[in-house]
Amino acid sequence: MNFASFEFLAFLAILTLVYFVVPKKVQWIVLLLGSVVFYAFAGPVSFVFLLFAIVISYVTVQILGKRHASLKKYLEDTKETLTKDERKAYRAKHKNGSLLVVCLGILLLTVSLIYVKYLSGFSFKNGISFGSTLLEVMGISYYTFISIGYMIDVYREKAAVERNFFRHALFVSFFPQLAMGPISRYADTGEQLKVSHSFDAKEAWCGLLRILWGFFKKLVVADAIAPAIGYIVSEKLGGIYFILLCLFYSVRIYGDFTGGIDIVIGSAQILGIKLPENFNRPFSSKSTAEYWNRWHMTMGNWFTNYIFYPLSLTKTMQKLSKWGRAKLGVGIGKRLPVYTATIITWLATGLWHGFAWNFVVWGLLNGLVILVSQELNPLYEKFRARFPKLWHSAPYQSFMAIRTFLLMSLIRVFDCYCDVPLTFNRFFSVFYTFNIADIWNGGIMNLNVTGTQYIVIAVGIVVMTVVSRLSIKKPLRETLWEKPMLGNALMALLCIAILVFGSYGLGFDASAFIYGGTFN
Amino acid sequence: MEKLIEILENLHEGIDYETCETLIDDGILDSLDIVTLITDINDAFDVAIPPEEILPENFNSAKALFALIERLDNI
Repeated sequence: MNFASFEFLAFLAILTLVYFVVPKKVQWIVLLLGSVVFYAFAGPVSFVFLLFAIVISYVTVQILGKRHASLKKYLEDTKETLTKDERKAYRAKHKNGSLLVVCLGILLLTVSLIYVKYLSGFSFKNGISFGSTLLEVMGISYYTFISIGYMIDVYREKAAVERNFFRHALFVSFFPQLAMGPISRYADTGEQLKVSHSFDAKEAWCGLLRILWGFFKKLVVADAIAPAIGYIVSEKLGGIYFILLCLFYSVRIYGDFTGGIDIVIGSAQILGIKLPENFNRPFSSKSTAEYWNRWHMTMGNWFTNYIFYPLSLTKTMQKLSKWGRAKLGVGIGKRLPVYTATIITWLATGLWHGFAWNFVVWGLLNGLVILVSQELNPLYEKFRARFPKLWHSAPYQSFMAIRTFLLMSLIRVFDCYCDVPLTFNRFFSVFYTFNIADIWNGGIMNLNVTGTQYIVIAVGIVVMTVVSRLSIKKPLRETLWEKPMLGNALMALLCIAILVFGSYGLGFDASAFIYGGTFN
Repeated sequence: MEKLIEILENLHEGIDYETCETLIDDGILDSLDIVTLITDINDAFDVAIPPEEILPENFNSAKALFALIERLDNI
């Protein structure tokens, strides 16, 4: 079920009605059934994989819960009889057993994910090939990550064990977050999904406005610019068009992904569930590291918490640190484990997006840029200390934001071509076929986007920028809730804008979300 | 505590670790230092600081860090 469809709006409306009408103690069952219905649209194969993730994560956390309880009891019972060292040794051995359990759970879910995303197109016909007919399993990346995160949190004793299988199933499969995230942790949604919720007019109004705002970003801006991107890529246009591609694709992915997440979070908000935010004005970032703290935040946190830190602290990395400091000096020794973990984490992030070289290069470039920025940091700090007024001036702050935006736009363009040599080829074409006059000589009008559409897109970008600026301290929708006349008028205007300017007409053939499709 | 201060001083000299409570907030310790620090603490105190304990509140002062070590050591 596409979020940008009448089908979804009807589904959400019926679910909301039933959810607030039934007795409060069964609200969670309505959500679970709603998630089942939502998922049923994706077909039986998708359902089987989701069920597999639910069962594996459920069994794993139950075993871990029992092991934690038995360890606690043993340590209490032996307080007087065993020495501290004996108790520590027992705990370490017990922890290793639990580690094995959680690793097995992670392995099973990872194998399932790898099979669906990378190996299901494997074929022996006409020689060995990985084919292009991969299984389509909705949201497998997201619920797999949610499940793995939960198992690790239970292993770390940072999350409670949910004993009820169906409540556990709801936590893993809560429908709004299945298609494109956010990747929530048990601490974010676990308890919220257990308690009852009363209808709250403010939450419902703000949630609805957020959904409409998501539709606007997706249908009026992102989908409208998509044909130009498709044309530049398919015709392999270079020079100034490559720069246009970088900029257009940034606009598209911002509108598409943040718009989609607005629909997701807004839908949950109407039901009284607060999902974690996934974006925080990413294009205002002054550095790549800051950008990744503001863009797809739940994915970044997931990789930091469950890959980067555990990897940095493995015994191998600690040995590498000691060896490096002893043999290569403190500076290099300190960097070795962290830099190795950074590169591996970014490689994994790239592969999570897709099993292709363009994603590998995309991941490695991101990691490399972050490491280079980190190395340049002392230089920046010196500059900041030497010229504090200049540093804090609006032009210099804007320069840093624009620099980061352009750099990230350039790295992101690897998504478009799905062909690394071609991407580099088109990039270098900027230096030998750059002719800005191409644009004014009518070139920009030949990209399958009309002049009127360009104007609508430009206005959309201005509106998105203004809303973003007005939401720094508090989301604009909350400010508007306090001014009902203005708020309702703007909501009506937004509806009209979507219906009139929405690229393909709401609900007809609105293209699927990038993160809900390619990066499922 | 002295052993911990020594480890911290080997990392960055000239900081008053007895009183400083903003080691993370002021950027005195960065991610490179944290991993080095944990490696040295694991060796010196025979405790394993797990990833989930990498929180600013545990690393902002020598006192907080020492409390973490004691907590992990006492069972």
